Amino acid sequence: MAKKNTATPSTEWNYAASPESTAHIRLEKKYQLFINNEWVTPSSKKYFPTINPATEDVLAEIAWANDADVDKAVKAARKAYTDVWSKISGAERGKYIYRIARMMQERAREFAVIETLDSGKPIRESRDVDVPLACNHFFYYAGWADKLEYAVPHKKPEALGVAGQIIPWNFPLLMAAWKIAPALAAGNTVVLKPAETTSLTALKLAEIIKDSGLPAGVVNIVTGYGDTGAAIVNHPDIDKIAFTGSTNVGKMIQRAVAGTHKKTTLELGGKSANIIFDDAPIDQAVEGIINGIFFNQGHVCCAGSRLFVQENVADLVIRKLKTRMESLYVGDPLDKNTDIGAINSKKQLETINHYISIGKAEGAEIFQSDCSIPSKGFFCKPTLFTGVSQSHVITQEEIFGPVLTIQTFRTIDEVIQKANNTPYGLAAGVWTDKGSRIFNLTTKLRAGVVWANTYNKFDPVSPFGGYKESGFGREGGMHGLSAYLK
Amino acid sequence: MEILKTYKIFIGGAFPRTESGRYYPLVDAAGNTLANVCLSSRKDVRNAVVAARKAFGSWSEKTAFNRGQILYRMAEMLEGRKTQFIEELIQQGASKPNATREVQEAIDCLVYYAGWADKYQQIGSSVNPVSSSHFNFSALEPMGVIGIIAPQESSLIGLVNFIAPIICGGNTVIVAASEPLPLCAVTFAEVIHSSDVPGGVVNILTGKVSELAPALAAHMDVNALVSESLGELDKPLALACVENLKRHITYTNSTDQGLQRITDLQEVKTTWHPIESIGGATSSY
Repeated sequence: MAKKNTATPSTEWNYAASPESTAHIRLEKKYQLFINNEWVTPSSKKYFPTINPATEDVLAEIAWANDADVDKAVKAARKAYTDVWSKISGAERGKYIYRIARMMQERAREFAVIETLDSGKPIRESRDVDVPLACNHFFYYAGWADKLEYAVPHKKPEALGVAGQIIPWNFPLLMAAWKIAPALAAGNTVVLKPAETTSLTALKLAEIIKDSGLPAGVVNIVTGYGDTGAAIVNHPDIDKIAFTGSTNVGKMIQRAVAGTHKKTTLELGGKSANIIFDDAPIDQAVEGIINGIFFNQGHVCCAGSRLFVQENVADLVIRKLKTRMESLYVGDPLDKNTDIGAINSKKQLETINHYISIGKAEGAEIFQSDCSIPSKGFFCKPTLFTGVSQSHVITQEEIFGPVLTIQTFRTIDEVIQKANNTPYGLAAGVWTDKGSRIFNLTTKLRAGVVWANTYNKFDPVSPFGGYKESGFGREGGMHGLSAYLK
Repeated sequence: MEILKTYKIFIGGAFPRTESGRYYPLVDAAGNTLANVCLSSRKDVRNAVVAARKAFGSWSEKTAFNRGQILYRMAEMLEGRKTQFIEELIQQGASKPNATREVQEAIDCLVYYAGWADKYQQIGSSVNPVSSSHFNFSALEPMGVIGIIAPQESSLIGLVNFIAPIICGGNTVIVAASEPLPLCAVTFAEVIHSSDVPGGVVNILTGKVSELAPALAAHMDVNALVSESLGELDKPLALACVENLKRHITYTNSTDQGLQRITDLQEVKTTWHPIESIGGATSSY
């Protein structure tokens, strides 16, 4: 008879570190502006560092475009539109976009590693979500280029001209794809500005654009801070502004283009409700809550940041949620075991911590998992607040971090009212086993995307965008084309 | 002795006077007073928005078929009062043939959009073949409460051509009538009133565009503002719309009709649901 093991089993179930190699990536020390298929020194002569938020090490120096640089990019885009891009057939445009998609696939791992280095997101997410979705977005829209007349019934599809596109730091490459692919398919040329903390993958994409033989000036990438973005928004020869970012900046852009001919699409903030009914498959729902708020460190505009749990299962759900949170790995984004990587920037970490202190000061009860976080870099423990109400700041304002608020409800009417009681309307989640209830709720929730018994799923064919102050216009799918057509 | 009509405004299915007590006289070419028209105030706008928001839930949840029937009913009621509208248009300066044509066009417009009510959804929606085990579809939903500045150059057709597609799509509306030609708007409210259109779905105010349009543009519970170009007012209106990211649509042609007039005031909602993919039969049966 084997001797019974009486020793207390270890509670430390750590995985061995499993970091993704960075040996095969190619990064320059200094990046110039990408204008007219050439690397151009900024006339500002200014550069700024981009850092790895997990280590605070400088990855590269990035050119800072001023008004003159943006003007140069817009002129290149206009010339490319007039001379080349508006003259070639849709089928030919499509071939260029297909080629970009294929070349991105070939270099997918390099892109994933650079994305993780520059943004702090876990390699598992950049490798399995961001980069494949970005490639697929190009592949999807490539096929639309010669079929536009099917997308807009009874209208002649016509490109707008030059599109100015400003993208955020939470999904740097994916947002570049969401912006560039439909714009090119519809026959527009592009001036794109990545976010200042995450310029690298857009600049790597510029390498591919150059390699692909895309006519010069069709895509121009200008890097910089908010002043560079403002130069794009205010440039008189731009026909379209597409912006993804905060609602505040979205409103600034909308004010700036008021009274001009510029069309806009805005994909802005959110404070999305994730609703758990008592008949939901609880374990799956808990996974959905985790994915809804902790995916990409909560830097997701459609994050399920307001959790509503039916009162009679609230204790159970919260207990399971806390247990699950304890098992999340927070740390090195390059480690394949990591669930939650680094907060994108020091500034954002300060914003999140500010909201956490507001939550505490408002009297909400805080729970944070008992994990250790690296001493260097910007990290935040997964956090949830109970004992909150609709009037709390942390349930009203977008935190854009791994911070969840939990409220309970009794009736379906109550939860619909609470869920809709926000200026935002980007997304919502519903968890229940009852089909008729799903359809009742999904039609009543005023939000552009509703995930039923799932959360945070994205696909090139699936239109995405908000109601109310979460912006207007859709990206993705057939509906995403109309944003770039007259 | 002829009994003259008091031209009042239309809010929540009732015909109040403006709360402000203000009016403006409308005179015909010969200088005769046609009516003392309500000069509606910002408070009237706010009351109308409350009524429109209240009506939005039940109107948007009516079946598409039912909304179509109600729009058709509006056409029937307008047909029955054709003579009255023709007379009113002539009073406001139209020739008889033009007045007759305009009323006929308004009736046709209502019939046209009555037919669209249960059809636009199929054209604007999609099933999206995502690369994961999910059923994913996008459908149109009404935007909500819509402010309309009716075209100024006509008394009836512009108004009807703006209202019909927007309520056809399940929205509720607050309409500022043509400032110089307001009479048919009020009489059209009587048509709406007798057409099974629930109170609050259409609210009609008369008064100064320069007062009503900014109030609608700045109201935080209005989801979109629709008008023709209003010249110098366009930019301040666009700026006022920013505060709640109101959709701001200016049409260049007040007589255009078509699907887009409906879909312009729709939101696209995408819904995801997992498809079970554990075990079970293969699909090759």
